[in-house]
Amino acid sequence: MEPILKVENLVKRYAKRNFVGMPQDFLALDGVSFTVSAGTTLAIVGESGSGKSTLASCIACLETPTAGNLWFEGRNLIQVAESDLRKIRPQIQLIFSDPASSLNPRWKILEILIEPLILQGRLSRKERNTHAFSLLERVGLSSDIVERPSSELSGGQRQRLAIARALTLDPKLLILDEALSALDCSVQAQIANLLLELQSSLAMTFLFITHDLTMAAHLADEIAVMSQGRIVEQGPSTKILRNPGQEATRQLLAAVPRLPHATFPATQQ
Amino acid sequence: MIRYLLSRMAHALLLVIGVSLLAFLFTTLAPGNYFDEMRLNPQIAPETLSALRAHYQLDRPLPIRYVSWVNSVLHGQMGFSFAYNSPVAPLLLVRAKNTLLLTITATLLAWAIALPLGVWSAERLGRFPDHVISWSTAILLVIPDLALALGLLVLTVRTGWFPTGGMASVDFESLSSLNKIRDLAMHMTLPVAALVLSALPLLVRHVRASVADVLHAPFLLAAEGHGIPRRTLLYRYALPAAANPLLSLFGFSIGALLSGSLLIEVVMSWPGLGPFLLEAILARDIYVVIGGVLFSTIFLATGNLLADMLLYWVDPRIRAESASR
Amino acid sequence: MASVLEIQDLHVSYRSREVRSRPVLSGVSFDLMAGEILGVLGESGSGKSTLAASVLRVLPPNGQVEKGAVLYEGHNLLQANPEELRQIRGGRIALIFQEPSLALHPTIRVGEQVRQVLAAHQSSPKNVLNDRAREVFTHLFPQDTDRIMRSYPHQLSGGQRQRALIAQAIACSPTVVIADEPTAALDPVTQAEILGVFRSLRESLGLAMIFITHNPALLSGFADRILVLYAGQVIEWGPAEAVLRLPQHPYTKALLESLPAISAENEKSRKNKLPVIAGNSSPSSLPRRGCSFEPRCTVRMDLCREFEPPLVKLGKLHIVSCFKYKE
Repeated sequence: MEPILKVENLVKRYAKRNFVGMPQDFLALDGVSFTVSAGTTLAIVGESGSGKSTLASCIACLETPTAGNLWFEGRNLIQVAESDLRKIRPQIQLIFSDPASSLNPRWKILEILIEPLILQGRLSRKERNTHAFSLLERVGLSSDIVERPSSELSGGQRQRLAIARALTLDPKLLILDEALSALDCSVQAQIANLLLELQSSLAMTFLFITHDLTMAAHLADEIAVMSQGRIVEQGPSTKILRNPGQEATRQLLAAVPRLPHATFPATQQ
Repeated sequence: MIRYLLSRMAHALLLVIGVSLLAFLFTTLAPGNYFDEMRLNPQIAPETLSALRAHYQLDRPLPIRYVSWVNSVLHGQMGFSFAYNSPVAPLLLVRAKNTLLLTITATLLAWAIALPLGVWSAERLGRFPDHVISWSTAILLVIPDLALALGLLVLTVRTGWFPTGGMASVDFESLSSLNKIRDLAMHMTLPVAALVLSALPLLVRHVRASVADVLHAPFLLAAEGHGIPRRTLLYRYALPAAANPLLSLFGFSIGALLSGSLLIEVVMSWPGLGPFLLEAILARDIYVVIGGVLFSTIFLATGNLLADMLLYWVDPRIRAESASR
Repeated sequence: MASVLEIQDLHVSYRSREVRSRPVLSGVSFDLMAGEILGVLGESGSGKSTLAASVLRVLPPNGQVEKGAVLYEGHNLLQANPEELRQIRGGRIALIFQEPSLALHPTIRVGEQVRQVLAAHQSSPKNVLNDRAREVFTHLFPQDTDRIMRSYPHQLSGGQRQRALIAQAIACSPTVVIADEPTAALDPVTQAEILGVFRSLRESLGLAMIFITHNPALLSGFADRILVLYAGQVIEWGPAEAVLRLPQHPYTKALLESLPAISAENEKSRKNKLPVIAGNSSPSSLPRRGCSFEPRCTVRMDLCREFEPPLVKLGKLHIVSCFKYKE
């Protein structure tokens, strides 16, 4: 089957100048290639500065790569016309790590949810509201919060809202850029469960960018390891964990904090 | 760094040229000219008037007059004053000196009061002393400068503490050096007081706002947690972090050095640029007016340039940002 | 062994216009031994950052200590006069704030920021301070020391900023360091490095440390004892191994169970739902009476709704606050 996403030799260079005006370019992506099958989760792990967020921006069409190809559902996003790109973009949604700064704190929750629909101009007001309420239900938020400003939500609730907003336009691919990193551990578990449930019910594809190898191993079918702008290793999760091939992978694995092997007996009385 | 400096200077130069063009355009296109007054005088023949006008090139087309004016500026003369029968530049310079004496003193004094007052108020944000400052600055802001100046004049007329106008007493030349300085100081007090009182409220409010923003920032709390003493916290940590908007404001203060005191000078009869320009405007002594505007613009542009440079020098993040462009 | 810091029945609340007084810490008591690493495990809303700030009294203006004592070397810090407090802050007890990008002054070079801390506690001449600052930096940045010292925070990476904060904290050789989520924004490799730095500091300087985090896995093999905070109360406190392997309090248990386990054998558990704790711990959903965890507890009893559970000692060093246990 054709993969839903195919990244081919993606390069992203940022132009900078030092203080006398000499160019000092920064190469964020140095020829990244991988594929993702529909309905699966690919985790991209790597340390800070490995280029993960730049990759996310490029795939979400927020930035234009300097070179390379980006195939989504068989169409090359780099070469496609702007009018077509506008139709394709809503199918790729991006969720950021900071729940607070990706939502307008003064807007009410309902407004945040229906904004993408208003911009698309397709549905009537009643239809939009119905859609918004069903989305809230889907992500596990109670509908009585719709009139509240988003600043009153907790971190976990905000991420649920961000996910709900991303789902508004029925995307096929969801890119989660460190979306769980800022949350408490117990909340991470809740959101992880939500993501798993969404994937099974909506057959969505996830690109899970993180430096938390534990969560990546739990959520992803395949793991790709990034280092210094390149993918150094890619494969099924269990294979990567059992037999890390590259030094970068080994380093990451070794650094993961682990709980002592625990058994949880019945409570004492 | 050098690129930044050069680009900023280029901007400033463009600004000055643009303003000179506009000023020239507006004053020459405005109806009336210097010699209109004379037209009313029956003793002066119309031929004399046209001869005078031709002599001063008032009938030449606009672009040519602009070019010869620019030429005159580049030669340091800045056009010709009809009323004073002399090149404009030396006239402006003398008057500008007097203005600057006033405004520099007032600006320095205003900032010297506003900084500690603003910091003090920000420290006590929301409490009684802060409310006092807020209210008094609000009232001062609302009172028109004219009313302030006149109020001070009335006060001094009643009490006789200070001279009521002018820059020097009648017997100035005959005074000893020390007494000359004293005399000057006495004459300066009232206009400087008026200027300070009108500039102070805005400065205090801005200092207060910027410092208050910074006082509860995490890095300040962290520094307090490290045992940094209060004084150092305020002046070495809080103030520099709050500096950005204040530096811009300072640039603006510099920019307004020539133009901000016009009203006060007129009311208090201080022989500065203000009354001079007013006179020239009323008499349609156009080259004086254009020259005055140009002078003020140069100060404004320099002030902004200074603020940009200071910001660049003080805040390393701005340096980094402009390097990545 | 002597305890170097002792918190007794600390109650802290926040005042705001909407809610008169919201309790953030209720009756927190524990002690810290010399050379011990105490891990404080708490999620958002548990009051962990407030605890850190309260010790040195750097609470925001709307924070208020209602009751309790913080004993350091015999003195109650909550009653110390401003000058005594200033000398202890940074000099004897150091606090490492969250978010290194926010806790460093944006326009002062990091070397200078460390010098300032030194200058605040020692009246030595400038060159002595410089030497000492350099010594501290070399310890934390063995390579590129001079360049790092001359850098501004925005020119450093996340890990480097964290080390700069640590440099500030240890410059005056304090006996206690309180670190609030020091590795939160860092990737695992840098995280492990920073933990290593803390370990080596404990060995070389005999530092006692309070390490605050929401991630239990970080404390494994690092902390000596673990204190679990929930809704501003101590609900479990004991040796790290014991708390992590055999958690007694239902909350601790549920928290540890909700973590995904990285294991090559666990192919079955991959992509399965994790057991989560129902509900949340926001202030509005906390019960007014009884055990604060009761609404979310899977083994709750009627008793739990009415009364607050006492602190029960299990064995010599492990205490838990739950009605399930009796001494």
